[in-house]
Amino acid sequence: MTAPASSLTIDLAARFPGAVSADVRPGYGGFIVPAEKLIEVATAIRDEFGYDLLSAVTGVDYIADNKMEVVYHAFKTTGGPAFVFKVQVPRENPVLPSVVNIWRGAEFQEREAWDLLGIKFEGHPDLRRILMWEGFEGHPLRKDWKEPFFEEEVKPFKSRWPDGKHTFAEVKNPFRDNLQFPADFDPEKVTFTDPEEALYKSLKKYHSETRDGIETDHILVNMGPQHPSTHGVFRAVVMLDGETVVSLKPVMGYLHRNHDKIGERNTFLQNMPYTDRLDYFCSMTNNFGYALAVEKLMNIQVPERADYIRVIMSELTRIQNHLIFLGMFLNDLGAMYTPALYAFEERELILDIFEEVAGARMMCNYFRFGGVARDMGEDALRKARELVFDRLPGKVDEMDRLLTENEVLVSRVKGIGYLSAEDAIRTSMTGPMLRASGVPYDIRRADPYSIYDRFDFNVACRPEGDLLARYMVRIDEMRESLKILGQALKQIPAGPIFPGKPQYQVKVPAGESYGRVESPKGELAYYVVSNGKPNPYRYHVRPSSFVNLTSLEQMCIGEKIADFVAILGGIDIVLGELDR
Amino acid sequence: MENNELNLPGYEIPEDVKNVVAVTTLDRLLNPVYNWGRRSSVWPLMFGLACCAIEMIAAQASRYDLARFGMEVMRPTPRQADLMIVSGTVTKKMVPAIVRLYNQMPEPKYVMAMGACASSGGPFKEGYNVVAGIDKFLPVDVYVPGCPPTPQALMNGLIMLQKKIDKEKISQVRWYRKGHDSVEIPVPILGPDLIDPRRIPDIKAAAAQPVTTPAQAGG
Amino acid sequence: MYGKGILKGLSVTFMRFWNTYWQDAIWAWRRLTTGKKHYGSAEGIAHRSSKNARGIFTVQYPEEKLPVPEEFRYIPFLVFDEGAEGAKEIRCTSCGICAKVCPPQCIWIVRGTDPATGRPRPQPGDFFIDADICMNCGFCSEYCPFDAIKMDHDYEIASYTRNLYDMEKLLKPASYYEGIRPANAAREDEARRAKEAAKAAKAEAAAA
Repeated sequence: MTAPASSLTIDLAARFPGAVSADVRPGYGGFIVPAEKLIEVATAIRDEFGYDLLSAVTGVDYIADNKMEVVYHAFKTTGGPAFVFKVQVPRENPVLPSVVNIWRGAEFQEREAWDLLGIKFEGHPDLRRILMWEGFEGHPLRKDWKEPFFEEEVKPFKSRWPDGKHTFAEVKNPFRDNLQFPADFDPEKVTFTDPEEALYKSLKKYHSETRDGIETDHILVNMGPQHPSTHGVFRAVVMLDGETVVSLKPVMGYLHRNHDKIGERNTFLQNMPYTDRLDYFCSMTNNFGYALAVEKLMNIQVPERADYIRVIMSELTRIQNHLIFLGMFLNDLGAMYTPALYAFEERELILDIFEEVAGARMMCNYFRFGGVARDMGEDALRKARELVFDRLPGKVDEMDRLLTENEVLVSRVKGIGYLSAEDAIRTSMTGPMLRASGVPYDIRRADPYSIYDRFDFNVACRPEGDLLARYMVRIDEMRESLKILGQALKQIPAGPIFPGKPQYQVKVPAGESYGRVESPKGELAYYVVSNGKPNPYRYHVRPSSFVNLTSLEQMCIGEKIADFVAILGGIDIVLGELDR
Repeated sequence: MENNELNLPGYEIPEDVKNVVAVTTLDRLLNPVYNWGRRSSVWPLMFGLACCAIEMIAAQASRYDLARFGMEVMRPTPRQADLMIVSGTVTKKMVPAIVRLYNQMPEPKYVMAMGACASSGGPFKEGYNVVAGIDKFLPVDVYVPGCPPTPQALMNGLIMLQKKIDKEKISQVRWYRKGHDSVEIPVPILGPDLIDPRRIPDIKAAAAQPVTTPAQAGG
Repeated sequence: MYGKGILKGLSVTFMRFWNTYWQDAIWAWRRLTTGKKHYGSAEGIAHRSSKNARGIFTVQYPEEKLPVPEEFRYIPFLVFDEGAEGAKEIRCTSCGICAKVCPPQCIWIVRGTDPATGRPRPQPGDFFIDADICMNCGFCSEYCPFDAIKMDHDYEIASYTRNLYDMEKLLKPASYYEGIRPANAAREDEARRAKEAAKAAKAEAAAA
């Protein structure tokens, strides 16, 4: 175990006297940095204090104080808790310097804060909307922005009970749909700015050149949002020179389902099933992160048995996620169907356990604040033991045997999509992506949550930083997960799974908290702000696949267009979490 | 006209006209063969939107095996697909692409709204970027409730679709009728909000009025 | 040797291929000796979803259906106890907890009134669930204090229209509930009886 250095041992206020002050609001922590000092302070945090991995950049709209706040969570790749610092800017003119030059991983999250909250980051290389389209009216996460189907500030809505005569939401809207337009908007008179224009401008310029008397030109290729290799509705715009990638921009938001906005209307408990739908392969780990964040605020302990069940569930989730990763990744590489079909068989058997314990195959909604929803019965435990001890190890070996040494596959993935350790850290990669670049950073080890400090396992790590390493890290990780599962299933004690009586209205004291887990795709974290009311004031998801895409362009440049498909597959993105 | 009626197969011919149209023996003989051929090889578009898509893939995979229904050929191109399974949340940003895909599909074509989101917006209905059901844009043949529908529920929906195909008559289906041929659905535009070209008069009328939406009144 | 890895992988697929027929042979033998069938029987399906599943993995819906576990949840339904002469004693008291806890807010409850007096009574006048919004999370049944709303097992509900369920469609008898969730129903009945016994004992003590 690493000895976690408390963030309070570093007194940033003493290092920058007069400029930086500690955040003293009850329930809050970290430091408040003035906007004009941000670059200087951030550089010191990275270089002097060693917080090299910027995990999250979160905008918060404190409308009562007429302030916008940007919260930064930085970590050390050697382990330990977060270092939190914040910048407050006036709400009318929220401008602050961008930290992209210090931590490149901030790029997409700053764009997101601009898109949804209208916070401007000066010096950002490409500040465009990221989840909504260019030309969309307003910044939807601002507290005074209301969606077209707006009913009430918070749930539960009064129209549901006691006189809940059913009406479709569409009926109440003047356009009979989920729409709203600015006052006196006339669609026939307005000339629209093409949302794509800014996107194409951000790519490297077209230029034709004459080489050996032949005129060449770059080709612009749009892949997605409907493309079989993009794992959903992801889109990438690629500039090609022949077959070689010259420039690439990911375009997301095609599955932006407004988790944050809906999450702020929901009560704390109501958010739990919504988290299932973030990374829809891994609902258990999604639940886990959110439960951790809220439990931290509520300051409650989880019973021992519940903790074990949580670990068992999240490790089973990791195995089935990685199995699907292997199947889909190999599918992308041209090993059509066979590996994916094999993977789906094992996944079905794991999902059977989820279905028996939680009630649903994918959307488990299983965790509660303080425990889990229902006990894992003897039958489910027996099934899990059978799988973990008798079946899965052999099946993981089989997947390994199937293609790992295949010469065609190896020549296809070896050395492709290289990312060095420094670049991986700088672009805030987490999870298997970071570990495949030789950085043994696993939150289960670096900053152990729940009861992960009790288990004996290795952090799967490969130094090569290419696609083959990413593939191998996943196989290693499945084996490590089986190791953890074996220990957990042997040690699981009897006892309660929930302290006290389940309540549908939980009391969450005011404050902020950051709950993070090592999800199969990387670091999944929730930043939750409570103001003591039944609904979270701010609910922000730090999605792993979203941030992991930061380095996509870097990995693809110079490679062939066909390799882009493989590199994207190697990141293991899932659109529900990417776009939220 | 009830939604219900609209979705019944063979609606196109009103009751009073029905007796006038001669149903030939040939027609009666051909229909079962024609329908059997089509129902047994419905090729879905390889098109996944969200969580439901994973259950759709699971339905394709070994345990449920859609190949037993002749539906294993998932076509990534709309030109070769008969069925669009709208599997997941339809967002405003995505809907122009979906409409375009639908327009590119050759007739006869069917649309299935898989799961709560595609049927009416589902749990994300209140979201600002979510379309309240794909039926606002495309004619939906089968709705499969569930969030997400399990693979077996999806297959139940596909069997419902097959039943619907069974009831079709060559002389009545819309794609063989004159003048009805390939009416393209106008592609929505991304403006300050999603603009459906068919709704422009409504939008203009609403803009002419003073503040109307509850959102504008509230904000 | 170049190609060794390819051969190694092919051996995996070959074993799978072989297993399919080998399993069929084993089951043919089993059928001869014990009468157990591989397809279309409960033990065959159980075998195909166990750790020993080899070869064919497919459960051939709709001819065979994968059994759903007791906790499986789909769309909610309302439980009523069958009273005398087919009277439906609805357990729901229209307290509104399910409508309050529902994350996508897809439950609408109209509080009932007594037709004789016109006063409100603890029973729903009408009850709507928009099945096209419901996210199957199960909170309504989890937090219902009267065991009145439960999650259904029926997933074969595809339709040609939108799905808005009213009370008529939602009501299902308690016997149906006991059928799909025997262990839960027994536990809840136990708890209810214990509560009633405690209440009766208390009343007796008060009377004495």
